[in-house]
Amino acid sequence: MATEVLMPALSPTMEEGTLAKWLVKEGDAVKSGQILAEIETDKATMEFEATDEGIIGKLLVTEGTAGVKVNTPIAIMVEDGESVSDTPAPKVAEAVAPAAEAPASVPAKAADPAPALVVAAKGWPHSDLPEGPTKTMTVREALREAMAEEMRRDPNVFLMGEEVGEYQGAYKISQGLLDEFGAKRVVDTPITEHGFAGIAVGASWGGLRPIVEFMTFNFAMQAIDHIINSAAKTLYMSGGQMGSPMVFRGPNGAAARVGAQHSQDYSAWYAAIPGLKVCIPYSAADAKGLLKSAIRDPNPVIFLENEILYGRSFDVPTDPDFTVPFGKASIMREGSDVTIVSFGIGVAHSLLAADALAKDGINAEVINLRTLRPIDYDTVLASVQKTNRCVTVEEGFPVGSIGDHMASTIMQRAFDYLDAPVITCTGKDVPMPYAANLEKFALITPAEIAAAVKSVCYR
Amino acid sequence: MAAKKPAERPNASKEELLKYYREMLLIRRFEEKAGQLYGMGLIGGFCHLYIGQEAVVVGLEAAAKEGDKRVTSYRDHGHMLACGMDPKGVMAELTGRIGGYSKGKGGSMHMFSKEKHFYGGHGIVGAQVPLGAGLAFADKYLGNDNVTFTYFGDGAANQGQVYEAYNMAELWNLPVIFVIENNGYAMGTSVKRSTKSPSLWERGAAYGIKGEAVDGMDVLAVKAAGEKAVAACRAGQGPYILEMMTYRYRGHSMSDPAKYRTREEVEKMRSEKDAIEHVRDLLLQGGLASDDDLKAIDKEIKAQVNESAEFSKESPEPPVEELWTDIYA
Repeated sequence: MATEVLMPALSPTMEEGTLAKWLVKEGDAVKSGQILAEIETDKATMEFEATDEGIIGKLLVTEGTAGVKVNTPIAIMVEDGESVSDTPAPKVAEAVAPAAEAPASVPAKAADPAPALVVAAKGWPHSDLPEGPTKTMTVREALREAMAEEMRRDPNVFLMGEEVGEYQGAYKISQGLLDEFGAKRVVDTPITEHGFAGIAVGASWGGLRPIVEFMTFNFAMQAIDHIINSAAKTLYMSGGQMGSPMVFRGPNGAAARVGAQHSQDYSAWYAAIPGLKVCIPYSAADAKGLLKSAIRDPNPVIFLENEILYGRSFDVPTDPDFTVPFGKASIMREGSDVTIVSFGIGVAHSLLAADALAKDGINAEVINLRTLRPIDYDTVLASVQKTNRCVTVEEGFPVGSIGDHMASTIMQRAFDYLDAPVITCTGKDVPMPYAANLEKFALITPAEIAAAVKSVCYR
Repeated sequence: MAAKKPAERPNASKEELLKYYREMLLIRRFEEKAGQLYGMGLIGGFCHLYIGQEAVVVGLEAAAKEGDKRVTSYRDHGHMLACGMDPKGVMAELTGRIGGYSKGKGGSMHMFSKEKHFYGGHGIVGAQVPLGAGLAFADKYLGNDNVTFTYFGDGAANQGQVYEAYNMAELWNLPVIFVIENNGYAMGTSVKRSTKSPSLWERGAAYGIKGEAVDGMDVLAVKAAGEKAVAACRAGQGPYILEMMTYRYRGHSMSDPAKYRTREEVEKMRSEKDAIEHVRDLLLQGGLASDDDLKAIDKEIKAQVNESAEFSKESPEPPVEELWTDIYA
């Protein structure tokens, strides 16, 4: 009986990959555990092993094919004496294979459309991309380019963290930096977040400009004392004599199926601290422009990335002096009926919701805050004065959320303009579950955002 | 610790001994004055006095050169005076006035001087240890031969981040001297109630760091050990640990009734091991100074401390605008 060999998912967030090399050819007998192919994910090149023994009946995807979706058949295995033609040929995989299944909608909103998150993000407008040539790059590439450019610009900028050097970055953000800048400036640390965060703060007082990579911000909980008590407060406690010019960066929030201890969104935590600045990019242009600003900033900057966004592509200005200022939101989509305020991956969900709402005749304005400290109240308030309705969107927990803060600000400063209460869409008030269905329910979805928007529009 | 040996022949010149005498006395008189001002309500919050431990910072500062850095905990007044910070600015910080080193916004526990390379004044026990290693990281990166004196107590020695810092300091060969000021008590908990491995410096061996215990009540022993550690550090041999066996005469902070030790224990240390009396004896018995010489110094120091106290009372409170400054650079 012939069996299909499917494109494997080799990381929690992998949706597609490149079939770099076949190590077997048609007609080869293979054993369980034998390496069949090399597959490139967005993070690394991985070897893919056979799970059963058999004969390679047919290779369905040629070497070098990029964008092969997870679960696409890539080969057919047959038993001894069997031929491929004995079984109906499956559809040959193409780079444009159908997207992975759409997330299940939440139970209460079963009738709402639940657009897939894998819709290409390219082409969504930025209100303030400067004139001039752009190139398409992933968020990952944008972050790497920002660091490389700033390290070339200032010899006192250095990167430290777990696996940033020889491993080329746990998420490949620092790929190639060790080769260009050497081990003095791309410093692999032991697994010791509390310690190396403190060392980095001390180094910033000693005249350097550290970039600290946390493999995830969940691990920065070990280091949060140094981030807050040592980095954020020293300028004030020293009467302005010395501050901490440095960046703490890494992925924040949920990836996919990584459980409660690896999935928390810390936006509201860090945004609460005077002395810190907090960036949370959505697009590659945000990522590059904000990270360059962060590295140049004389203050400690928390830079919250998102693993799911790392592989998404966007247009980015090619001008090497392109930066994004702090405290300046970006209007991603103009609209007149309702204001959706979000940041980070919440912007992706909000744009999907806005697309769906447009089909129902609701014209939503989507604001991407980009920085949470400082925060651009003016852009939000101006929009709410126009639309008279507001929904906030974030992945974090509901209590003490950025949405709570924004709703209270709108109430205090634009109360008379509101035609409905502000609804704050957040992640659910639960530790992140592992089960695939429960995780989807725990996260904020475009369907929930669309439902909230309809609610404030009394539709 | 050995009993004092007044007959020993000091390996130090008259000028050197007089300098140590003066510097230790300044710390002691300053701290006594701070205690008074606290009692008068002019100093608030936490105030941790350094009385008894003076030989540690004075001896180590004698081994330092311009450009060397220092960072410590909240028991920091002595370190600031020893590295040459102005007593007026320190006292005015204690009283929360604009003339203080941090414009009154830091307080007793949080003072800094970029000019004197004093990097605080840290209130989280043990946090200064990786911070000090980081200052040394910067010096190594920048390619100079400065060292960083990173002071912490026997209490901090049980914090995990100390050992994270040890590990990286040795791994990266950082020019940092870890100075454990073992005064016997972490607030009210004695060393032997905190750990079954009471030789704190020996823990460095687990990371490959050399170290030694030093009589921290003997300024000359401290200086000699400091010079050895500094030489190793400057020569690129990486970190060094000095465990200073010392004693604080006062409570952990002004609000500590110190019921965890006997009055006799404190008196015994004061009468047998006092660092200032030790140098005083060396000067007098060695015929290097007369009683009148030392009285003149006492008088001078007293005047200096009184001047700092007056300044700290007269300096105005910070204007309300200061609430909103120095949050961002």
